[in-house]
Amino acid sequence: MQIYPVGSVTRYLKELLDSDSILRDLWVEGEISNFSVSPAGHAYFTLKDTGGQLRCALFRGRLSGLGGYRPANGDSVIAHGRVSIYETQGNLQLYVDLLRPQGLGELYLQFELLRSRLEQEGLFDPARKRPLPRFPRRIGIVTSPTGAVLHDIVDVIGRRYPLAELLVAPTMVQGDRAAALVGQAIGAVNEYGEVDVIILARGGGSLEDLWPFNEETVARAIYASRAPVISAIGHETDYTIADFVADVRAPTPSAAAELVVPDQREYRAAVAAMRERLAMDFDRRIEAGRALVDQLSWRMSRSSPQALIARRRQQADELGLKARTLLSHRVELLRARLEARSLQLRSLDPAAVLERGYSICTMSDRVVKSVEQVNDGDRVTVQVSDGKFYTNVAL
Amino acid sequence: MEEVEIISFEDAFGRLEETVASLEQGDLSLERALVLFEVGTQLVHRCNMMLDAAELRLKQLVPDGDGYVVEDLEV
Repeated sequence: MQIYPVGSVTRYLKELLDSDSILRDLWVEGEISNFSVSPAGHAYFTLKDTGGQLRCALFRGRLSGLGGYRPANGDSVIAHGRVSIYETQGNLQLYVDLLRPQGLGELYLQFELLRSRLEQEGLFDPARKRPLPRFPRRIGIVTSPTGAVLHDIVDVIGRRYPLAELLVAPTMVQGDRAAALVGQAIGAVNEYGEVDVIILARGGGSLEDLWPFNEETVARAIYASRAPVISAIGHETDYTIADFVADVRAPTPSAAAELVVPDQREYRAAVAAMRERLAMDFDRRIEAGRALVDQLSWRMSRSSPQALIARRRQQADELGLKARTLLSHRVELLRARLEARSLQLRSLDPAAVLERGYSICTMSDRVVKSVEQVNDGDRVTVQVSDGKFYTNVAL
Repeated sequence: MEEVEIISFEDAFGRLEETVASLEQGDLSLERALVLFEVGTQLVHRCNMMLDAAELRLKQLVPDGDGYVVEDLEV
């Protein structure tokens, strides 16, 4: 007896199922119930009939390939996929890659065949898709002339970028003749319209309503369009063959209008910013120029005749001051010496001696300094401070 | 003095971008810079005027014999 871990059992079952040739490539018919879409965008539902039921998973990528069909509870459908086991939860699951309502099975077969054929021909090739012009001058709009779609597009473009011109090519957008008329309209816009870009738009509707946009005529007309085509068919989740061929696919007509023109507010802001930059550059240059001129002017004024004269004058003044200072010092010095000498002289003054009480005795104009110079009875002159008198000597 | 001829918004805006770039990165003589500044100011004015004056024009393609013609559209 072998005991197996659960994981090995589920893996074994998975390998068994994955290798079965029927279960790998299975067409199943049944009724949808418990249909739900997870936050990640994947669809989960149950396919059932009176005999049994099967859980199904339809991943987000596949969901968009339904050509406009939106699954709902109660729908009788044909599904294609492979049966396997989801090991983590241990449940049997049909991984669906195709889903179509039973009633329109024929239509869906056509859709699938056309889709794969055109894809192989390269009509959906991403490398072929052309960029939209940045500033379109004339925008072609292929749509119904009545209804909200044209109105919404005109509103959005009128608000964002009224510089553009809109050229409407009115056409039917549902019914038997629609595909041919849409194809003609696209061709006419290219040939007579001189447009830079084309919006192909129609509003929401059922699978039959949108069907013309799954037709080969429309696909070929879009592929042959010289101007890039932006498609906006149906609701956000509707994808038609036209959407695959178009250069850009928009979820709604208003979104298409927003993609096709720039917003003038952005351009006004950009123009204002550039005006600012121009002004700042101008101010910078003027300031730099002014600084340069000031500097040169300062250097020039230092070397001007007036400056040179002023410098010389200053030098002369300084020298003059120096000279005067030296001179007055010298004078002071001489004056001091003079004072000293004059004091000296004053002290030698005979009159000062006489003031002190001394007298000068002279005889025959000769000063008598010694007793030997005189005899008894000689007449001598005696000079005193305020005059003179005579006297005879008595030895 | 350079003249600014009649051009589309796309051309005017593009030339304005070029003019500002030249002024900001170029080693220009003061005379050349003043000329570019004048051109740039005119382009700013022109861009704003074009945006202000713009009114969305609506036309439609109408069958005419074997082909089509463009006519005004009232919406």
